[in-house]
Order: sequence, then structure tokens, then C-alpha cells
Amino acid sequence: MRPLIIIRRIPNIDFMGLRHIGFALSGLMTIASIVLFFVNGLNYGIDFSGGTIIEVRSLSGAADLGKMRADLDSLGLRDVTLQNFGGPDNVLIRLQEQSDKTQEQTVNQVKAKLGNAFEYRRTEVVGPTVGAELIKAGVEATVLALFAIAVYVWFRFEWPFGVGAMLSTVHDTITTIGLFSLLQIEFNLTTLAAILTIAGYSINDTVVIYDRVRETMRRYKTMDFAELINKSLNETLSRTILTVSTTALAVLSLLLFGGEVLRGFSIAMLWGIVVGTYSSLFIAAPLLFYIRPKRAAVQSGDAGEVAARGKP
Amino acid sequence: MLYFQGWKLTLILGVCLLGFLFALPNAFAPETLDHWPSFLRRQVSLGLDLRGGSYLLLQVDMNTVEQERLNSLVDEVRTQLVAAKVGYSDLAAAASHVSFTVRDSGRMNDVRELITKIDPSLDVQIGSGGTVTLTPNQQALIQRRNSAIDQSIEIVRRRIDETGTKEPSIQREGDDRILLQLPGVDNPEHVKELIGRTAKMTFQLVDPNASPQDARSGRVPAGDVLLPSSETVNGQPAQYYVVRRRVMVSGDTLTDAQASFGQNGAAVVNFKFDSTGARRFADATKENVGKPFAIVLDNKVISAPVIKEPILGGSGQIEGNFTVQTANDLALLLRAGALPAPLTVLEERTVGPGLGADSIHAGALASVVGVVLVVVFMIVFYGLFGVFADIALFFNLCIMMAALTLLGATLTLPGIAGIALTMGMAVDANVLIYERIREEVRGGRSLISSLQAGFERAFGTILDSHVTTLVAGALMFWLGSGPVKGFAVTLSLGVLTSLFSAILVTRLLIVTWLRRLKPKAIPI
Repeated sequence: MRPLIIIRRIPNIDFMGLRHIGFALSGLMTIASIVLFFVNGLNYGIDFSGGTIIEVRSLSGAADLGKMRADLDSLGLRDVTLQNFGGPDNVLIRLQEQSDKTQEQTVNQVKAKLGNAFEYRRTEVVGPTVGAELIKAGVEATVLALFAIAVYVWFRFEWPFGVGAMLSTVHDTITTIGLFSLLQIEFNLTTLAAILTIAGYSINDTVVIYDRVRETMRRYKTMDFAELINKSLNETLSRTILTVSTTALAVLSLLLFGGEVLRGFSIAMLWGIVVGTYSSLFIAAPLLFYIRPKRAAVQSGDAGEVAARGKP
Repeated sequence: MLYFQGWKLTLILGVCLLGFLFALPNAFAPETLDHWPSFLRRQVSLGLDLRGGSYLLLQVDMNTVEQERLNSLVDEVRTQLVAAKVGYSDLAAAASHVSFTVRDSGRMNDVRELITKIDPSLDVQIGSGGTVTLTPNQQALIQRRNSAIDQSIEIVRRRIDETGTKEPSIQREGDDRILLQLPGVDNPEHVKELIGRTAKMTFQLVDPNASPQDARSGRVPAGDVLLPSSETVNGQPAQYYVVRRRVMVSGDTLTDAQASFGQNGAAVVNFKFDSTGARRFADATKENVGKPFAIVLDNKVISAPVIKEPILGGSGQIEGNFTVQTANDLALLLRAGALPAPLTVLEERTVGPGLGADSIHAGALASVVGVVLVVVFMIVFYGLFGVFADIALFFNLCIMMAALTLLGATLTLPGIAGIALTMGMAVDANVLIYERIREEVRGGRSLISSLQAGFERAFGTILDSHVTTLVAGALMFWLGSGPVKGFAVTLSLGVLTSLFSAILVTRLLIVTWLRRLKPKAIPI
């Protein structure tokens, strides 16, 4: 078995030269995401917005959405949406809370109207109080996660690394939310889990790179800082790509075979992995150029680089 | 590097073996496990989203609990004041306190004494003009809330048990909530109906002199109350009754209730009182022969029969237009007892068996495909060392499943996603180690020292990157609910087990390979 080596020689990509493009692109994406969030909003699932969903499967082949819509309209319900879910015979019925009856009554009415021609695969009813609580817990968890990760990196490295890690993770999180707003993919509890995981995972390659920056800083005390960052990025590039690829493969498999329920989760994860890698290379590392970590003083008479033997 | 201490070796092999052993039952159908030794029969329990079932989050209406406490306080105060012949006015319960005015302020000391007798923990405030305000203190309130929720859980459990639901789980959640999980229940309407009723039953005399018409237009005689019938016509109560406020006998003295058929073949409910209830019922019926009394359930009159003769035996029969089902339900509710306060459903998630099976299938397929892709990827990029990583990955999966099984964790669909995801992440550690080894080899190091440096130098990086994921996992577990928790458990567990497998198991494999084959160069 001969292993395939994609990067046989250490590449020499000028990441630092591309930093302005990276910053501009990320700035644009971040601002666009924030604008989208406030203008377009998120397509909240019932976990957060409250309401009712009923997933039904027609027992006689493809479901007739038009007839179902007419049937449900005759019940006089407000804000009913119907959509195919994972296949032509599966339909997801979504109902907002009705002012004149309880959610329970609504579900019973719908079931009575549609009758036995359908298999009732899933019914979820979330009251408005629970939805509001879940939003609060979700926001808290995300903010805490970002903060805790930054503190950990600060503790393990130095504060400039912590700041860089936090900014790039915030960037990953915000743009993921932006993607959800742009595509109007349902944002629910599992999506939130994906965002928290992205916060924890997208930092991984940043940590790998920072580790290398720190190591290189110790070894080459007088090297130009931009050059040092470039060197570290290029040296770690193959592992950055390979680690991300294995995780991306697992997530891709979830996206393709994991079913409708996990779709939002998988999309968020996949985006998070890609954008997390991008931000490690083009944001987190170049940021160090501006918020420089302290370098050990060069000892007198040791003007050259301390080339420790055997270390790359 | 080359040397593994004996205990370390034993530990690594032992953990791998145990992991494999305890994960193994999960690969078989539950029925086939009967011949297995008992310690190996445990399987990871599936969440309701996979096995099908209902998840209900209920809220105990604490306002009612507090209001009832205040109402009974009003009754006690009235009884005591009347007994002590203290003149009073405006005795009433407000939102959080009871107040009244004492006519003769000279008797304030007697009033104080009375109140201490009722409940010494009451906070008493006496204002000008003889107004007395009684507020239950905070601690007593908390105690009352706690006992209300504990009692509710007990009653809900009894009611659910009576329905024959298998393995229900009933837990307290927070200050005033109950989480109810019912595996296999794909239409929880009946359960919701049963727990949606407080089932407070009382027997009260009907006031023969009052007319329901007058009462409906607002003229309810003092000491009486207007109640609708439980029977409805077009959604409206069929009838109204004016009944005495005073309760003759209450349902908490019932010892048994059974559905049965009456003389004319209609469904009825037979009930039995305990000795206290029987005596009270006998006394009340003796004094009121020829008068109607109302059987009241949750403030609705089921029926109001006329007492034909004193009922001394302590048992009776309720007739009231029942179907077999409603008679059975009422008997069940009476046997299980009344809830201290109404319950409302805050959240309901019900998954049918079809979707559950589909989800298991989809989750398993996605995981298998994901693992195969990762396995092939590692072999393509790292050759023999990739095989080592894949073997470690296999044990990672085993240990993870074993841990889930032994911890009694519940596997949900997001949990399966967590497993698939950690399979992709687990080999990250291998990549970091192998890339470092490649680098050391390129730097001109010898075979063994490259391997050693690879493992040592990559360790710090691996630890840092794993800790950040664990932080996210811990927060999800702490703040998340249902599906997020299931994901957080498998993610965190997978990250932990991958530390073991990717570092220790891989190293053991490489060391064994080095010693056995004594290679000249590293094939990566």
C-alpha cells in the first residue's frame, strides 16, 4: 500500500499577501449575514417559534397537496403551510398557534379531517413559553461557548491568540447563521447544536496553526513576522486539509443519507467546516500580524536564527 | 517509545476487549440475546425519536395551588372567628394574601392567638381600622409547591400505570414541570385526556329552594354555588345546578372505583368509601332522605340523584350517561386520586413507529457510509499507517457504544449524527500525528526518533483541539434539551474515546509492527 501524498513538498503560498482579500471577503460576509439576519430573519422551526407540525405520509402514493390544502382551509385555520418532506408521499404540515382554539384541538381537527388515508409519522407541539425559553438557552449557550473557547485558547497561548481565535470563531458562527437566513433553511434545536459544534470544531485547525506559529516564533526569533506566519501556514497546510476532509466526509454522508430530519444540521456542519478552515487560514492567522504576540528577546551576539537541529 | 509498560499494555488491551464485548450485543436483535450471559444482555436504549413514542412536557398550575391554599385559609379563619365569636367583615382571599377587618379592635389579641393556632408560620400584618392581612411565608409556599409537584408526579404515575403503558418515564423538570416519556405510544390523545383532568370529586347537596335560572342571572344564594352539568348539548352544558358550597363527602375518601353495568344495562361506576367517608356519607344521607345531591367532578355535575334511603354500607353507584370508555376512565381517575392542581401540556413530540424505523435506518446507513469513506480515505493517504488508524477507529466505535450502553445513555437521531461526526473527527488525531512524523522524517530524523517526536509533539495540539470541542459539548449538555442533549452526549463521549484510541491504540499497533517486522523505513 503506497500512501498517496498530495503535498509532497511544503507549498509556498503567500497567505499574508492575500490577507486583504480575505479580510475584505470576511468583512463583507459578516456584514451581509448581519443584514440578512435583521432583514430576512431566520426560518425558525417550531422549537423556537412555537406552533405545531404534523408529518404525514399518504398511504396511496404521492400526496395531493392541493386537495390537502383545500381540506385544511375548510377548517378555517390561519397560517397553514404544507410542503413535501423528503419525498412526494411525505408532507409536513405546519400550523401556527390559533387564537380561538388550543393547539391540541387544532391537531385533533386536522387529524379528523385528513382521516385514515395518511400515516401520522410525527406530531410536535411546542407552546410559546417553551419556544422563548429555548431561544434564550440557545443564545446563552452559544455566547458562553465562544467565550469559554477564547478563554481556553488565551490560557493555553497568550491573549493575542485568544482574540484571534474568538474573532474567527465568531465569524464562522455569524456566517453560518447568515447562510441559514439566506437560504431560509429551518433553524431548529439540532441546527443550534450544529452551530455550537462548529464553534468547538472550527477552532481545531486554528489551534493547530497557532501551535505552529508559537513553535516557529520560539525558534526563529528575528524572522519577519509576516514571513513567519506564512511559513507556519504552509507547513501545516496538508494536515489542515486532511483533518477537515475526514470530518467533511462524515458530514457529507449524513447530508446524503441521514434523512430529512438531519438535513439542516448537516448543511450547517458542512458550511461550518468549510468556512472554519477558510477563516483559520485567511483570518485567524493573519490577524496575529496586527495583534502581535510577544516574542522572546534576541540574545546579544545571536543575530542569526536559532536553528535547533532536527526541528523543522 | 518502543517500550510499553506491562500495566499500560494490559490496560489498553483490556479496555479494547471490554469495549468490544459490551458493544457486541448492540449488533444483535434483542430477542436473540436470551442465551447470552446476563451481564452481556444490555443494549443501548433508543430515544423516543427512534423507537417511536410520546414525549410530553407538563406544567403544574402553581397559581391554583396557591389560590387553593388561600381559599382554605379563608375557611379556617371563618370557622375560628365564628367559634370565638369575633365580629369581622370583608374576609376574602386576594392574589397572594387573605385579609379581613375586625369590628372590635379590642379583641385583636384574641385574633392574633387564633391565627397562631391556625398556622404559626403566617405573616400577620395589622393595619389601622382593624384590617388584618395574612400572607403565607415564602418557605411554606416553596414547601407547598414542592409537595404539589411530587404529588402530581405520583398521581400521573398511577394514572399512566393504569393505562398499561410499558416503561413510562415520569420525571420532575425544574420547579413546576413534569416530563413524561411514553415509549410506543403514537397517539397520546387518551393519555392527555386522562392527565388533563384534575379529577376532584365531591358530593354536595342540591339547594332545592334556589332556581338555576335566577342563579344564572347573578342571584346565587349565600353559601351556594352554580355549577354546569358535565353532559353537554351542542357544546353547551345541558343543565345547571345550584348546589351547597359545603362538601358532604369528598372523593379523597374513596378506596375503590370500578366500571360496571347498571340494572338497565347502562355503564356505571361503582365506588367504595373508607370508614371515615362511609360514616360521613351515611350521616349525610340519613339526614337528607328525599332530597337530591350532586356528584361533582372538577366543578361539573355528573348527575344529581335523589336520596331514596340512607346509604349505610359505604358504597354506591354513579349513573350519568356514560359510555363504557368514559365509565372506565372515570373509575380509573377516581382510583388514582385527584391532582393537586391542573396540568397543562407545554410541549408534545410524538413519533410514530414508521418514522422511528426510518430514522434508525437512515442514521445507520449514514454512519456506515461515513465510516467507510473515512476508512478508505485514511488507507489512501497513509497506507499501512492508515490501516492502523482504521483499527483504532474500530475500537473507538466499540468503546463508545459500550460506554453508551453501560452509562444507560439514550441514543437519539442527533446522537447518531454525533457518532458519525466523531468518526470523522477521531482520525484527526491520527492525521496530526502522522503529518508530524512525515515532517520529522523529512527533517532527517531516524525512524524511531521520528515516530517518537511525532507522537510527543502532536499530543499538545491534539489535546487543545479536543478540549475546545468538549467545551462546546458540555455547554450543549448543560443548556440544551432533548435532541441537543443526545447529541452532546455522543459528541463528548466520542471525543474522549478518540483521545484514547487515536493516541494509545495507534501507538501500540505501531510499536508492535516495529518490533515484529523491524522495518527500515516508515511507509508514510
